[in-house]
Amino acid sequence: MNQTPQPNSFRSGPDEDGRFGIFGGRFVAETLMPLILDLQGEWEKAKTDAAFQKELAELGAHYIGRPSPLYFAERLTAHLGGAKIYFKREELNHTGSHKINNCIGQILLAKRMGKTRIIAETGAGQHGVASATVAARFGFPCVVYMGATDVERQAPNVFRMKLLGAEVRPVTAGNGTLKDAMNEALRDWVTNVDDTYYLIGTAAGPHPYPEMVRDFQAVIGTEAREQILEAEGRLPDVVIAAVGGGSNAIGIFHPFLDDQDVKIVGVEAGGRGLQGEEHCASITAGSPGVLHGNRTYLLQDHDGQILEGHSISAGLDYPGIGPEHSWLHSIGRVEYVPIMDQEALDAFQVLTRLEGIIPALEPSHALAEVIKRAPKMGKDEIILMNLSGRGDKDIFTVGKILGMEL
Amino acid sequence: MTARMDNRFAALKAEGRPALITYFMGGDPDFETSLNIMKALPAAGADVIELGMPFSDPMADGPAIQMAGQRALKGGQTLSKTLELARKFREGDNETPIVMMGYYNPIYVYGVEKFLDDTISAGIDGLIVVDLPPEMDDELCIPALAKGINFIRLATPTTDDKRLPAVLKNTSGFVYYVSMNGITGSTLPDPSLVSGAVKRIKGHTKLPVCVGFGVKTADHAKAIGAAADGVVVGSAIVAQIAGSLTKDGAASPDTVAAVSTLVRGLATGVRAARLVAAE
Repeated sequence: MNQTPQPNSFRSGPDEDGRFGIFGGRFVAETLMPLILDLQGEWEKAKTDAAFQKELAELGAHYIGRPSPLYFAERLTAHLGGAKIYFKREELNHTGSHKINNCIGQILLAKRMGKTRIIAETGAGQHGVASATVAARFGFPCVVYMGATDVERQAPNVFRMKLLGAEVRPVTAGNGTLKDAMNEALRDWVTNVDDTYYLIGTAAGPHPYPEMVRDFQAVIGTEAREQILEAEGRLPDVVIAAVGGGSNAIGIFHPFLDDQDVKIVGVEAGGRGLQGEEHCASITAGSPGVLHGNRTYLLQDHDGQILEGHSISAGLDYPGIGPEHSWLHSIGRVEYVPIMDQEALDAFQVLTRLEGIIPALEPSHALAEVIKRAPKMGKDEIILMNLSGRGDKDIFTVGKILGMEL
Repeated sequence: MTARMDNRFAALKAEGRPALITYFMGGDPDFETSLNIMKALPAAGADVIELGMPFSDPMADGPAIQMAGQRALKGGQTLSKTLELARKFREGDNETPIVMMGYYNPIYVYGVEKFLDDTISAGIDGLIVVDLPPEMDDELCIPALAKGINFIRLATPTTDDKRLPAVLKNTSGFVYYVSMNGITGSTLPDPSLVSGAVKRIKGHTKLPVCVGFGVKTADHAKAIGAAADGVVVGSAIVAQIAGSLTKDGAASPDTVAAVSTLVRGLATGVRAARLVAAE
């Protein structure tokens, strides 16, 4: 009776103004409007340009290492005693996470547009490393904005970016984390409009970024859908991914959105619990607002001031979420749930010991949800999880918490 | 649109000089001090007041205005209190136009309809919302115009002739020309470039064209004012406030006077800039 009317397809968004329902849009300063309109035009052309798609596919195969494997986690499955668990192994990509998929796509666009300078924001440093990598590969100077707090806690990635030739600019404005880095990148872009390409790392920001980043990341789900059909002869029962800004999640979700029998679950960072402010569960505990060019769910106070989130995982430490996720939540197609720091940390250790894979703390959140669900499911059921990044970058954080000497 | 705005620009045109438009951040460093600053502005020579609404993530602002916003938020400023500032100011001044300037999210969370009703009762004449380009006019611009509140749009060097008509279409009150690509508080651009840009915009609109970004001194105000219908000064005023504070960031007995002194100087600048025969 009271069901929300469902669209014919969940995959047709955004509309021409960049809206997913009421979410998305183009909330930017006038200086940037002509730039994002240009980008949209170029992106529309590239989408249907065979030469562009061919170059993208070749770099995917030979530089990133695509397709990434689909792996049946036999021992974890036996340990949990329920559903069969498959991982999409994005952590095996060049640079160690899914972030490179998007960076390769956008650097090709930057080249097409005749831009000569790349800027990027980064939180944990994974997107910064991927941006610095493609900038090196294509010979662009690259400036990465990173919150001063993150520069301190992610020293190995800062060093990697510098080795790759990027300039890392610590941002002290605000609280010195990812959202402040994004503010500073936008300030740079507004100042250097003629030559600069802003390589946004997640499926958020003004249109066309959410759509474009999703399309570059959808290779994850497209491959996984074919791979699981080949391995099992059918689609999974549940697809699970961690959500910060949400690019790895939308990448694996999108090709499954119209498969009505596939349940889809996004896992947000519950931090130290949803009662206080020490979490990053924008959908579970936030409300709609406008930040960084789009309308979406945000962590904010009653006056519309944006709050700082908290997560054990620097990559989930963002007070917003991509607009398409907000829409998928609002129409009920995807379920969003929180996972606490401690649950993610436990899952991190389980996978390391049982499968010999050290996951990043971001997908450890998705894994904790898998660990909760699998035992309650039948042995003939299937869970597909996006293992979006490897955990080498997190060993210092985890070591500190576990009280291990490094 | 509001009579206060139209009357003020008509009077300035008759006087043959550009407007001095002064920006400060509501609640910086505290409510009472910023109310006193606001009350002192017209006497010091400000023709139009831009009242900043603090936001945690001011993407288009330089360090001076970022820090002003942080001071205001730390002092407990909210959108309701910024409206209250205007309401109290109006008790003693019903002529100086007030334009509220900031970002959309606090307004969106406050509720657009309620916000517009409250701006009218507080005596606000116009709005400048940095992250609402013409593509987003349905959000706030159209509802504001319907209620008689001016919606003042920013035009920038990237706004080319093809785009200008779209930018000007729903603009009212005046056009705010941002004199360079960049953030607030940067260095002053070449006045001759600004003059060319103002002429270009005037070719598309009858509205007054006011210029901001980079104006810090009386000489700047004079140079820019020679080519424009108004000169906007923001970061310099905000920096003057910052410089007057105690070590703990609290207002000192000099804070209001420091702003008045700066604004008096800027006012002599615009008064020395006779308008080139208006149109």
